[in-house]
Amino acid sequence: MEKRYLKNEQMLSREENLSLREKRVAVIGCGGLGGHILEQLARLGIGYITAMDGDVFDETNLNRQLLCHTRNIGRSKALEALEHLQRVNPGVQVQAIDCLLTPENALTVLAGNDAICDALDNMPSRMLLQQSAQSLGIPLVYGAIAGWYGQVTTLMPGDSMLESIFQGGNERGIETELGNPAFTPALVASIQVAEVVKILTGKGELLRKRMLMINTLDQEYEVFDF
Amino acid sequence: MQIKVRLFATLREGRGKERMEEVADNTTPAHIFQLLDISPKDVAILLVNGMDGKPDQILKEGDTVSIFPPVGGG
Repeated sequence: MEKRYLKNEQMLSREENLSLREKRVAVIGCGGLGGHILEQLARLGIGYITAMDGDVFDETNLNRQLLCHTRNIGRSKALEALEHLQRVNPGVQVQAIDCLLTPENALTVLAGNDAICDALDNMPSRMLLQQSAQSLGIPLVYGAIAGWYGQVTTLMPGDSMLESIFQGGNERGIETELGNPAFTPALVASIQVAEVVKILTGKGELLRKRMLMINTLDQEYEVFDF
Repeated sequence: MQIKVRLFATLREGRGKERMEEVADNTTPAHIFQLLDISPKDVAILLVNGMDGKPDQILKEGDTVSIFPPVGGG
């Protein structure tokens, strides 16, 4: 066992720790949520990571997007993710896809993964991702943020909850009025990564058919069943 | 009948986090939205007694309606 992974134990057994090296996880979105998710997956030692994003870094990303700094404004988020992750952990293989998720590419990009992270920022893309994950039979960890608020749930193959959480029919949510601070994507991303590790190792209880609602303004954390 | 309404995130503005509402029998969550001046498009998640609810379902005495706005950033 490489020293770099020792502190994954014994919350993970030696076998579980080693098994992460064989796992494949796709992260769709390399912005607020995606940056933190990718960083953590690489440090944990997930062997094969796909980082997908069609966007470039913008100055307004600097307040919260981990992968964004003053020298990469204007550069591809996915390609910057690749470069950063290769420095964090050269032992994991990273595939960067610098385009948006579309109906034409979704199944090809996502196939073969053991888990997928939703780090997107709009409802239509999230619905496409969810449908694609379902048709491929791949677990999907959904996360969403807005200001002081966040949500996380895990959709296993066969689960369906699009209608339940997207009832208003909007493309975007209250994040358009509230913005997002540095801490909200970090918090929600961390919970998403914990869910991924549990999917990959079979440990613990997933947020399956239930949603964790986070409110850091009032420090309220509640899980609701669906 | 008495219905408990729990509001989340920005829906609390001007409304509070929890309210008891006296409503007529056969009231639905859609009626509650109107009562509280909440547009249906501002509701992403509706729960009745903590479980997935429908705007047109008939509520009973003592039910709890939880209303969440859309949260979609990433």
